[in-house]
Amino acid sequence: MSTTAAERGLQNDGQPSESFSVWNHLKKASPRLNNNPNSYEAQQLNRLSLDQCVKCTICETQCPVTRVTEMFAGPKFVGPQAERFRNGESVDHTLDYCSSCGICTLNCPQGVKIAELNSMARAVMKQGHMPLRDRLITQTSLEGRVLTPVAPLANWALQRKPLRVAVEKVIGVHRDAPMPVAQSQSIRGWLRHREGPMARRPGQPDRGPVVFFTGCAGTYFEVETSKKTIEVLEHLGYTVIVPRQGCCGLASQSNGLFDQARSSVVKLAGDLAKGGRHVPVVTSSGSCAGMVKHEAREIMGVEDRTVTDIGARMRETSEFLLALADAGELPTDFERIEMTIPYHAPCQLKGQGMGMPAIRLMELVPGITVVESGENCCGIAGTYGLKKEKYEVAQAVGRPLFDKFKESGAELGACDTETCRWQIRAGTGMDIVHPIHVIHAAYGLSDIHSPQV
Amino acid sequence: MADLTVDVVVIGGGATGAGVARDVAMRGLSVALVDRADLAQGTTARYHGLLHSGGRYVVSDPESARECAEENRIVTRIHANAVEQTGGLFVVTPDDSEEYADGFLAAAASAQVPAEEITVAQALAREPRLNPGIKRAFAVLDGTVDGWAMVRGAAESARAYGAHILPYHEVTAIHRDGDRVVGVTVRDVKAGADKRITCRFVMNAAGPWAGRVAALAGCEDVDVVPGRGIMIAMNHRLVNTVINRCIKPADGDILVPVHTVAIIGTTDVKAADPDKLPIPRAEVQQMLDAGEALVPGFRRARAVHAWAGARPLVKDTRVSASDTRHMSRGMSVLDHASRDGLAGMLTITGGKLTTYRLMAERIVDIMCEQMGEDRPCRTADEPVPAAEGAPTYTVTHRLADREKDRRDDQIICECELMSKSMFLDLLEEDPSATLDDLRRRLRLGMGPCQGGFCSTRAAGLMCAAGARSSVQATDELRGFLKHRWIGLWPILAGGQLRQAALDEWIARGTLDIDHAPGQTDPIEPYPVGTEIDERDRARARAVIGGQEVPA
Repeated sequence: MSTTAAERGLQNDGQPSESFSVWNHLKKASPRLNNNPNSYEAQQLNRLSLDQCVKCTICETQCPVTRVTEMFAGPKFVGPQAERFRNGESVDHTLDYCSSCGICTLNCPQGVKIAELNSMARAVMKQGHMPLRDRLITQTSLEGRVLTPVAPLANWALQRKPLRVAVEKVIGVHRDAPMPVAQSQSIRGWLRHREGPMARRPGQPDRGPVVFFTGCAGTYFEVETSKKTIEVLEHLGYTVIVPRQGCCGLASQSNGLFDQARSSVVKLAGDLAKGGRHVPVVTSSGSCAGMVKHEAREIMGVEDRTVTDIGARMRETSEFLLALADAGELPTDFERIEMTIPYHAPCQLKGQGMGMPAIRLMELVPGITVVESGENCCGIAGTYGLKKEKYEVAQAVGRPLFDKFKESGAELGACDTETCRWQIRAGTGMDIVHPIHVIHAAYGLSDIHSPQV
Repeated sequence: MADLTVDVVVIGGGATGAGVARDVAMRGLSVALVDRADLAQGTTARYHGLLHSGGRYVVSDPESARECAEENRIVTRIHANAVEQTGGLFVVTPDDSEEYADGFLAAAASAQVPAEEITVAQALAREPRLNPGIKRAFAVLDGTVDGWAMVRGAAESARAYGAHILPYHEVTAIHRDGDRVVGVTVRDVKAGADKRITCRFVMNAAGPWAGRVAALAGCEDVDVVPGRGIMIAMNHRLVNTVINRCIKPADGDILVPVHTVAIIGTTDVKAADPDKLPIPRAEVQQMLDAGEALVPGFRRARAVHAWAGARPLVKDTRVSASDTRHMSRGMSVLDHASRDGLAGMLTITGGKLTTYRLMAERIVDIMCEQMGEDRPCRTADEPVPAAEGAPTYTVTHRLADREKDRRDDQIICECELMSKSMFLDLLEEDPSATLDDLRRRLRLGMGPCQGGFCSTRAAGLMCAAGARSSVQATDELRGFLKHRWIGLWPILAGGQLRQAALDEWIARGTLDIDHAPGQTDPIEPYPVGTEIDERDRARARAVIGGQEVPA
């Protein structure tokens, strides 16, 4: 685009015209530099980190998506490499095949925020033409609120093929994509209606309060996990505070709806802060924890004191309990459970740098052997594997994991995050539970052989 | 006996020479453009990439500013493929007084350079990395231009009008018949043969080498002093708009986003020899400090490459006063007829890349007058072939292109997204092209890895394509990496040091390049080499305990 004299405000005599604005001209010439969804803070953290890349390609060797499809050019390509060509504009649409699993960032020996760069670039790319589907599937708490009162109907409907085909056609959610099971009672309903907190262990002194962050899935769908977490904490002597809380915004973030995600996470932190200052925050929603702990800041540049405070206090349930065990404060008078449990540590949990606390925690139970999947990702990556154009990719990513789980011959598998459990359940037909189910059973609070999931 | 007969021989394949050759050819005269090295291998490409809006000169030289504003428009049109319309800002940093800024808009208006004050908030919204402490900001129509692509475009345009474009043809003699120039002898550097070109006129556009060329014609004492300036490319575009410091022109007052990098420049120090331009570490630090004033954190950002260029500054008392009417600002013309009594030769040096076309127009006007030809200039009228119907360049082009072909066409240079077919197509066009020649056109090895990964792939392709034997390809590889290192050692720190270590392990540890066949120190087709700065050498000597530091 070459400017004409008129556009440059020059009249026939070469004199600048009165009406010409250099600034408006520049804004028009570089629309990409206006309204960038990425904040200054996120650019400092992520875009600058591309300077650390030495092109070693380790990220590409670890990327679960690159392994199964050519549609994705790979984390090095779309991350530090492509970012040098982006000028605030994302022209490379295949970057949307990044599942945001974060395995690249986790494995980068140089500290490049590869997945975060991709998430930022995706937000730019989708700005102005966000698919309706991506607006809908990110409404996680709304979905729960709508489905819970009509749970049996919802579950029946979700299994009707013709309906799912219609949903795929109209909305773009794949007909075979794993779906949660709607529950007739949300965690809030359960808290309201139960007779009272679980009794403390005999002789157990009060350990004070903890705040429980349920997450949308833990509120409406994986209610059993939330119940068991609360009960184990109460059994251990904690007073569990469950403040009224909203969504962390993770699904919006991973779909590039940054404004929505930013306000969600800030609001959530405020909700949880109402549970008390300096009170530990426990959650069994590992990926949502990641949003509060680091993704809000690292991907979207959220610089909010409450988010930082809540993030610093937040522990995944296994992480919290294992820290107790390491401090000698976790009672280990577990019942013996003879069981080999295949376990998958979700990518979004690994990205939090906490190791795999669930393995050691479950193995504190006599008789339990945990076999770690050794796979980077199950494929679902939040909402990624639900989308019709990515379903096959997500299934291919998950296949080695499904095979390992099935080959183990175990009746039960464990995994820390909700959507991953849905994916592995659908891919294996096995019961897949949060590790808290095992601990709950080992304390004699339930029967591991009839897990309610 | 002549191998070639033309009206005009242009010596020097930089912007000036290519512009003159194009202008001459478009006026219908026959012309040969010769250079001892590749097109735009010297001063032209060793600059910061700015296509001036004129803003830089509105106070110091309004006439120059007006010329820049006008030529910016023309160059953007005729070289659209080489120009990116980035826009520019003049900013007053917290360290600068506002005195200069106070007069900026009025000066711009009187020089007819479009400029407009914007709020600091607007500037920061567009360029989030800018120093948040800036006091004022002005928007201008700066752009950036790839010097290689521009010169290549002008040369191809000249060729389309019948010009002979002869890179790697070094002038070894200028022949005169009494008081007239009658031809030149050139040595075909790559083929190793001499050629005689007969002509009516010689245009000496050899830039900082112009004195040496003039001496070949017996015109002594053409005193061209190379003014050395260094530039540093930062690993990515820290800014997407040209950022000028709103002060009197000074060292390190500009940060230019060109292609995938941001270039900070420059310095101005007299040099003895344009073939030996050191990149002193003190000046590197000076540039990084200057960058810090514009973009906080600049000192710690990753620099990928540094280079030095030589401005030609003519010190000649015999420049005819009457010539100035013909001259573009900052350009010097020596009329050897009046100066030395030699008809048929003009020496032209100086000027700015932005106004290269205007300079060519002015000097070819003089030439035509002397040759008795009445032929009007047409260079502003039509785009060069590469720009025909092309949109202006944007940095996203290659990413969009690779998105389309990456599954069918291997990417050889990952940093700069150069595909295998881009490389092989150009190599087929000119099998004698060196890796550096191809680099200048394809940006091979100019990204973060500085050739560490791509150069071996490229050298392998040269061999596989039959353009080189394996030994020759190894020589190419060594030469290429050696040249990359010239621009690496002065900036080795932080991220680039880590990269250089990895690259060295690959080349030496994995490939054992030191013991691969071929010459350990390949012959250079043209003088290459940055002298180590004396102070740096002394410092290094002290560090390693008094031992001699190899050049």
